[in-house]
Amino acid sequence: MMEVLDMLAQPAFWIAVLRIATPLILGTLGVLLCERAGVLNLGIEGIMVAGAFAGWLAVYGGASLWTGVLVAALTGAVFGLLHAFLTVSLALSQHVSGLGITLLATALSYYGYRVSFPKVSTPPTIEPFADMDWLAIPVLAQQTPLTLLALLLVPLLAYVLYRTPLGLAVRMVGENPQAAEGQGVSVAAVRTGAIVAGSALMGVAGSFLTLSAFNAFFFNMVNGRGWICVALVVFASWRPGKALLGALLFAFFDALQLRLQQSSGATLPYQMYLMLPYVLSIAALVLVARKASYPQALMKPYRKGER
Amino acid sequence: MRLEKRATSSAAALVLAPIGAVVFTLLVSSVLVWWAGAAVTETYALLLKGGFGSVFALSETLTRAVPLILTGLAVTVAFKARLFNIGAEGQLYVGALAAVAVGGMHSGTGFDLPPALLFGLMLLASALAGALLLLGPALLKSRLGVDEVVTTLLLNFIVLLFVSMMLDGPMKDPLAMGWPQSVALIGDLELSKLIPQTRLHTGLLWACALAVVVWVLMRYTVLGFDIRAIGANARAAAFAGVPVTRTVVLVAMLSGALAGLAGAIEVAGRTGYVTLDMSPGYGYTGIVIAMLAGLHPLAVVAASVFVAGMLVGADSMSRAVGVPTFIADVIVAASLIAVLVATLMTQYRVRRA
Amino acid sequence: MTAPVLELTQITRRFGDLVANDAISLQLHAGEILALLGENGAGKSTLVSILFGHYVADAGQIAVFGKSLPPGDPKAALDAGIGMVHQHFTLADNLSVLDNVVMGSEPLWQPFSRRQAARQRLSEVARRFGLDVDPDALIGNLSVGERQRVEILKALYRGARILILDEPTAVLTPGESEALFAVLGQMVAQGLSIIFISHKLGEVLRVSHRIAVLRAGKLVAQADAHATTQEQLALWMVGHAVEPPRALPGKSVGDVVCALDTVSAGTGRERLDAVSLQLHAGEIVAIAGVSGNGQTALAELLSGTRAAISGTVRLLGAPLAHRPSRLVELGVARIPEDRHTVGVIGDLPVWENVVSERLRSPVFSRWFWVRRAQARAHAQQVIAQFDVRGAGALAPARALSGGNMQKLILGRALLHPDSGAAGAAITPRLIVAHQPSWGLDIGAVAYVQQQLIAARDAGAAVLLISDDLDEVMAMGDRIAVMHAGHLSAARPAVDWSREAIGLAMAGAAVAAGATA
Repeated sequence: MMEVLDMLAQPAFWIAVLRIATPLILGTLGVLLCERAGVLNLGIEGIMVAGAFAGWLAVYGGASLWTGVLVAALTGAVFGLLHAFLTVSLALSQHVSGLGITLLATALSYYGYRVSFPKVSTPPTIEPFADMDWLAIPVLAQQTPLTLLALLLVPLLAYVLYRTPLGLAVRMVGENPQAAEGQGVSVAAVRTGAIVAGSALMGVAGSFLTLSAFNAFFFNMVNGRGWICVALVVFASWRPGKALLGALLFAFFDALQLRLQQSSGATLPYQMYLMLPYVLSIAALVLVARKASYPQALMKPYRKGER
Repeated sequence: MRLEKRATSSAAALVLAPIGAVVFTLLVSSVLVWWAGAAVTETYALLLKGGFGSVFALSETLTRAVPLILTGLAVTVAFKARLFNIGAEGQLYVGALAAVAVGGMHSGTGFDLPPALLFGLMLLASALAGALLLLGPALLKSRLGVDEVVTTLLLNFIVLLFVSMMLDGPMKDPLAMGWPQSVALIGDLELSKLIPQTRLHTGLLWACALAVVVWVLMRYTVLGFDIRAIGANARAAAFAGVPVTRTVVLVAMLSGALAGLAGAIEVAGRTGYVTLDMSPGYGYTGIVIAMLAGLHPLAVVAASVFVAGMLVGADSMSRAVGVPTFIADVIVAASLIAVLVATLMTQYRVRRA
Repeated sequence: MTAPVLELTQITRRFGDLVANDAISLQLHAGEILALLGENGAGKSTLVSILFGHYVADAGQIAVFGKSLPPGDPKAALDAGIGMVHQHFTLADNLSVLDNVVMGSEPLWQPFSRRQAARQRLSEVARRFGLDVDPDALIGNLSVGERQRVEILKALYRGARILILDEPTAVLTPGESEALFAVLGQMVAQGLSIIFISHKLGEVLRVSHRIAVLRAGKLVAQADAHATTQEQLALWMVGHAVEPPRALPGKSVGDVVCALDTVSAGTGRERLDAVSLQLHAGEIVAIAGVSGNGQTALAELLSGTRAAISGTVRLLGAPLAHRPSRLVELGVARIPEDRHTVGVIGDLPVWENVVSERLRSPVFSRWFWVRRAQARAHAQQVIAQFDVRGAGALAPARALSGGNMQKLILGRALLHPDSGAAGAAITPRLIVAHQPSWGLDIGAVAYVQQQLIAARDAGAAVLLISDDLDEVMAMGDRIAVMHAGHLSAARPAVDWSREAIGLAMAGAAVAAGATA
């Protein structure tokens, strides 16, 4: 017990928490945006892989780090557009479309990586984002700019969702698309926009892994983080503020588990520590299940004019 | 643009749609082949030859198809009831572990049971392991409304870690010189070969038989009706007297059992023991196969052979031409999307709004 | 004669082979209430959907205040001054009244929202037309009448000068309907023009200035309200005289088939609160009341899909099973309210839908095998006897039109598989019919009512739940009224007057034995 408290007292711990939380914040916000508009996007796992690869490849090819982030965002947006076409224009099953995109994006990324680097013994690396020493705030100063971006996006997204006409339109489209249509708002346009924007965020979440947390791309890098974001959105009741909280809470336990593994008092097999994040996610889902107030039109395909 | 439902869709269209979609996919993936700097026709020729061009190639393809048929059936049964079982991967692994537990962890004594009986017990244990794994998420969904997609997905990761734990510890093969693999099945329990000098084993017969069983179940039994009814409209099904919760439980157990059997049959037929990488994503590929097959149990066999052919062909093609094996995964994933769109076109007409 | 505010010219629209609107030309003048009358399927909803931009017409033009209206664009319609109050409210339960009203009224690219100004404008509009509402209330917490007010406010807030109301009184008590008519009067006094869709003849004559009648997609007649009668309108609507089946009093009322004793079930809006009722063989008990006052809970209870929280329900002397298949075995025939989402499984073939309730019985299954031949044969019999048209036994049930779907459901419920060809028909013991005529054309309605009366005459106990007061008064041997989960005593039809039922529907207590 004392050892745990010691751990919590060290700033290094909290630095790790923020670092682990960053891709989760970005990914969860991305899923949140899609689901608020009424569309489940299970493509996140694959889009994060694609964002990680595309952003990293751009930087490896000589682009600046921020250009890499932009490339990652655009990659996410393109897959988002595909998902929007399948689920909004064609009203196909959102589950299957999303899973298909995860498989496709992952396969394309792995293929692209192998084509670009056919025989490598050690993975090629890039120079990642540097810490923000110029910032006077502790813990935050040791983070990279992408973390700052993630933290700033939370209040920004909240503002857009709750205080602007566009945000209201997004929410209405996710609650009752017929109502939106009847008030002159194009459901297809708003949903597509939300999915594309959300998928861009997912791409950026992936790029954090290769441009900030690590400096190379390797297989199984995302390792289920995308699915955890999907669970976190439910836990967050589709609210950006709670999404931040959920991501931080999850990162807290993940950082804790990592340290416990390495500490001298570790008696359990290391795999059990690694299981903790996934078990917690399932627990979080079960906890909020009863009172989850879904956007009412979530996962219901909308065909204009079909009554 | 809007979609108008056609009154009826022709049977011919329903068969042509997947084929057309696959052809379209192959055309699109030509771009990827070109990116790798290889000649497109040569690559595809090698792909087909590697998958289907010789008895050996066919035997490899069919061997690879066996777990795919089973996971494809597992997903088909579940999806028919709108239970989105994305956890077939984990169910396969626990099935494999259970098979080894019953079939190998007795220091060669075989629990003093005749091999035939032990074999049956082994299959039963695997089926049960897979069934129980899916039961949890299924009950969470029907009782608490927890979306089963995320829970089954997360369970996959948990199971894989669990397998790793088992392979490091209680189920570790002491003779494997540090390599993380499980104790092996005793020889009596291994499936015999269908074609000598190849890896093709009688598991193929088990898989095909199960496909027929699932088909008969869905079409001719009351349970099959219940499953289809719940998948189509759970409220109306409940009104008509279908026992919804009981059926969901049965579906979960059936689906999980099929995936668990995939693990058992892989162990008994191909590997002989459990390793961490024994399944290169068969559980997820099963989803693609189920959708390619239009959730029809018999078509699952055809779809599995197709996908297995792609995967096997890509291995040999890659060695020859240098195009990364992941091309097969791209083709499979893109086929899924293309088939979805093509099948939609058989049911809907595109009209201006 | 001033220029019309709205002019439709030769509007035509097809859905596949069906001609929903056939060269319809119509005018609306300022300050006028025009009623659009027609049976279900006559084309009224399609026409106004075209007007509002939900659909695009295949041919024809629309001119609003003299200017041509771009087709297929609700936003253009809104900008031109057309507002629509849909039959099924298009409101988001999880958002507030203000959110629902304001959504879409500000440009989407605007980075801020003028909430205060919007709130004030909403209050002002509400006051002007007498529509009282709390801007911050969540829609999910509002009553049906209140929701309709919000739906109307949506249109008025956007400055609608032409208002379309699609079957607005379908969900209102007679009292609430009167309040609505008063609001309409206010609107007209302030210069608005109104199109009022209905299939209720009395109401249409009462409230509108002019009436346009649609039949099978064509405009067949127009008349001033004071210059025509219900009979003439009915004739135009149907094309021939229709004699609604007048239920003669039952010959002999038998034993109690089903008895509810202080039964409570469900929570919230849709609940039963200490309800008592006895259903005898050979009589029709009709339950009047606006939908949403507990009727669904009652129907679900007797259909086996909902359990009671307290009280007892006895069927043929034994406690009522909470299992639909058991109830069907015992002779309970159920006709659900919503044929598309509850009555029938659209993706499954017609024959499977016919036998769906009895699949577990030995007639249609042995162990776990389905006896397909017997099942298909029975399905053919039902299709033939109940004239189910539009799709064969093997086609998916969703291919059936509403009327044919209802006939399938009726046949499934009323035709017992053991009914021999020798004509020894087995009548159900209890029929639970929940809004059986909803959404059907007059011919189909008459058919359904005939079947129920025939079953009653053969000895069945019939529970008819209907929000159509005319149907209740024509069919019921005894009538009870449902309001907010409470069921009045079921008194003989002669003891009720239309006014008394109306009052009871609105919740006014009715003194025992009073014959107002």
